[in-house]
Amino acid sequence: MKAAIVVFPGSNCDRDVQVALRQSMRGAPGHDEPIMVWHKDADFEKVDLIVLPGGFSYGDYLRCGAMAAHSPAMTEVVRRAKAGVPVLGICNGFQMLTETGLLPGALLRNAGLKFVCRDVHIRVETSQSPFTGRYQTGQRLRVPIAHHDGNYVADEEELERLEARGQIAFRYCEPDGAVTEAANPNGAARNVAGVFNEAKTVLGLMPHPERLADSALGGADGRPLFDGLVEALS
Amino acid sequence: MKARVHVTLKPGILDPQGKAIQHALGALGFGAVDKVRQGKVIDLEIAETDPEAARASLREMCEKLLANTVIENYAIEIDAGP
Repeated sequence: MKAAIVVFPGSNCDRDVQVALRQSMRGAPGHDEPIMVWHKDADFEKVDLIVLPGGFSYGDYLRCGAMAAHSPAMTEVVRRAKAGVPVLGICNGFQMLTETGLLPGALLRNAGLKFVCRDVHIRVETSQSPFTGRYQTGQRLRVPIAHHDGNYVADEEELERLEARGQIAFRYCEPDGAVTEAANPNGAARNVAGVFNEAKTVLGLMPHPERLADSALGGADGRPLFDGLVEALS
Repeated sequence: MKARVHVTLKPGILDPQGKAIQHALGALGFGAVDKVRQGKVIDLEIAETDPEAARASLREMCEKLLANTVIENYAIEIDAGP
C-alpha cells in the first residue's frame, strides 16, 4: 500500500498523519513509507490513499481551504478522487474537500465564535466504509478537535439525502453516545462531525484521529481508522 | 476598469459573527439594531474595457473562487467611469 500526504503552506498536522499511517502500515504487505507531496506538485506517483492534513493552509485567506482547493496538487487530487482513489481530509482537509465540491455542504465559523481545542466524543454512524471498518456502528470515540470553523452546514434537502444514503460518518455525542446539543462543540447541523461522498471513497472530518492514535499520547481511539484503511487498501 | 464584488451569506445561513456584532452594538446603546449580517467586499482592477466582458469574467471568478455558492451569494458592481 502507498499513501500520499499533501502538504500546503500552513499545514501543521502533516507529520502527525504520517506517523499515524506509518504505525498502521508497519507489517502490512508491500507497504511503503507515506510520501509527502508539496502543494505545487501535480505530478506525484500513483498511490492507494491521499490524505489532506489539518492546519491553516494559505493562512485561511478568503475562506478556510478556498486557496488550497485550487492548488496544482489539489487539481490532481480531485481528478484521482473522481476516478475512485480514496481521500481522507482531516480538519482543514475537510474544509478543502467541501471547497472543491468533493463533499457536500460547507464549514462555517463555530457558533460560539471561539476556537475550540479539546477532546470530544464522537459516535461512529456506520462501519460500512474503508475508513470505519475497524469500528462498530454506534461505537463512541474520544478524539481531539482544534478548529475555529467546524460548523457544518448544508440545506435541509442535502442533509436528508446524507442521512438516507448513510453518508454521515461521525456525530458529536455525549460520552454515552447520546447526540445532544450540549455535546455539539461548534453548532454543526445535526451534530455532524464527518461526512462521506456517495461512494464512501472520500471522508472529511473535523476531529483529529491522528492525534490520538498511540496510547503513549493519552489515547488510541483514532488508530483503528488508520489500521482499517491499511487493511482495506492493502 | 474597477469592479467591486459583494459576498454575503445566503438567507437562512446562521451568521454568528453578525450576531456578535449586533450584541456589541446593543451594549453600546444602539438597541434599535434588529439584525446584523456580515459579508465581504472585494475590490478588483481588471485590464478590460468592455463592461459586459468584465462582468462575465467576474461572474466566473465568483463561481470558482470569490464566493462559496453553497453558503454565499455574490453581487457584482462595475465602475465603467473614466
